[in-house]
Amino acid sequence: MLAKRIIPCLDCDLGVPFGRVVKGVRFKEIRYAGIPWELAKEYDKQGADELIFLDITASHERRETMSKVIEKTSENVFMPLTVGGGIRSLKDARTAFNAGADKVSVNTAAIKNPDLIHEISKYFGTQACVIAIDAKRRYGREAGREMVDTPQGECWFECSLYGGREFTGIDAIQWAMEAEERGAGDIMLTSMDRDGTKDGFDIELTKAVSNSVNIPVIASGGCGNLEHILEVFKKTNVSAALAASIFHFGEYTVSEVKEYLKKNGVHVRL
Amino acid sequence: MIAIIDYGMGNLRSIYNALMNVNGDPVIVSDSAKLSGADAVVIPGVGSFGDGMNNLKPFADELFDLIHDGIPMLGICIGMHVLFDWGEESNCAGFGLITGDVIRLPQGVRVPQMGWNELQIRSDSDLLSGINDGDFFYFVHSYYCVPANKHTITATTDYGVDLAAVVEKDNIHAVQFHPEKSSSKGLVILKNFVEMTRC
Repeated sequence: MLAKRIIPCLDCDLGVPFGRVVKGVRFKEIRYAGIPWELAKEYDKQGADELIFLDITASHERRETMSKVIEKTSENVFMPLTVGGGIRSLKDARTAFNAGADKVSVNTAAIKNPDLIHEISKYFGTQACVIAIDAKRRYGREAGREMVDTPQGECWFECSLYGGREFTGIDAIQWAMEAEERGAGDIMLTSMDRDGTKDGFDIELTKAVSNSVNIPVIASGGCGNLEHILEVFKKTNVSAALAASIFHFGEYTVSEVKEYLKKNGVHVRL
Repeated sequence: MIAIIDYGMGNLRSIYNALMNVNGDPVIVSDSAKLSGADAVVIPGVGSFGDGMNNLKPFADELFDLIHDGIPMLGICIGMHVLFDWGEESNCAGFGLITGDVIRLPQGVRVPQMGWNELQIRSDSDLLSGINDGDFFYFVHSYYCVPANKHTITATTDYGVDLAAVVEKDNIHAVQFHPEKSSSKGLVILKNFVEMTRC
């Protein structure tokens, strides 16, 4: 049986020569968690199923640094590696794949140019194209939207760009279905309402998107403890859960998370 | 020398790095003439069946010669699929080195299968030496192989159907999962493959 995946996310500041993994605590206090490929090696040892390297810098040199990070990682770490953040073109994707990435995660560029999904999946396979969706709740009924009941009231979900600084008017559920049709292999779904809060995943969002597509969905945003990961696997049929801060600062190891999940009836690779 | 065929399909760096890690001597070969003299051949691959076949055609003659000479060959994912007679994706003929078809994953499961799934060992195999029932490997695929001769299946995995995860016929070895992405267990399989080249 296919195991549920646990994916540590490495937010990378690539403004320094070897890059560094950072984590903002409630969007303010930035802490440094270590050198990307060293953390990657550690997570491999702990039994992570996949790794995502997210470029959170917006400098020109970053692509070269990300290539270096992926090259160094792929020499020692033999598991699927995804690169996201700043992938704007087929050329950017190719650079990431050449460095050793298995998948690229695309958000803004895919919304601005949906043909990019097909281009990437045509050249590198559908499995290589992850569509990242950052979704925010919008309360109140609106025509043409996929409305979802939540304990807080009826809402729809809007896709946002640039980490929630810009909104698109696009319905996240509809966009997920379109992305699947265009050739996406995975949906990486982040709740902008929960991201960084440690209040747990947005279950209603995750369930709604996961039930609307037939490709794997990765739940992201809000993970603060073990129970949150168990909850998202028990209440939705997502394929994977992503977390960052709970791993980076040694609150839990990946193996602790997996042992806890297994004990509670979730099928994981141990 | 272990030749990794570069036919423009996906990520060769990871299989190269993984073979280096288990003390193999991989060389990425993008010119069919350079295949001769190889002690082993790896056909890696992600992408579609049709593109895979088209891009592999220039290597076909040399590849068939090497297989005929009995050198170990390892097909991974699409590199496994093209060894069969026919692929539903692209409705296209394969190399026909193993009798059988490559068809789409069944209804009722998410496609692609993406993630770690367990092997069930079906028969003894040098390639799977040190691998146990229930060990996890990383799969990414939308189609799967159905060999006509079930005895060629040395391991299966359960994803809506019991599908062929490892197929072996004489010196031809084929795996549906990605050993180069399957952490320490994947390296065990690649190490076994490297050992075969030293016999």
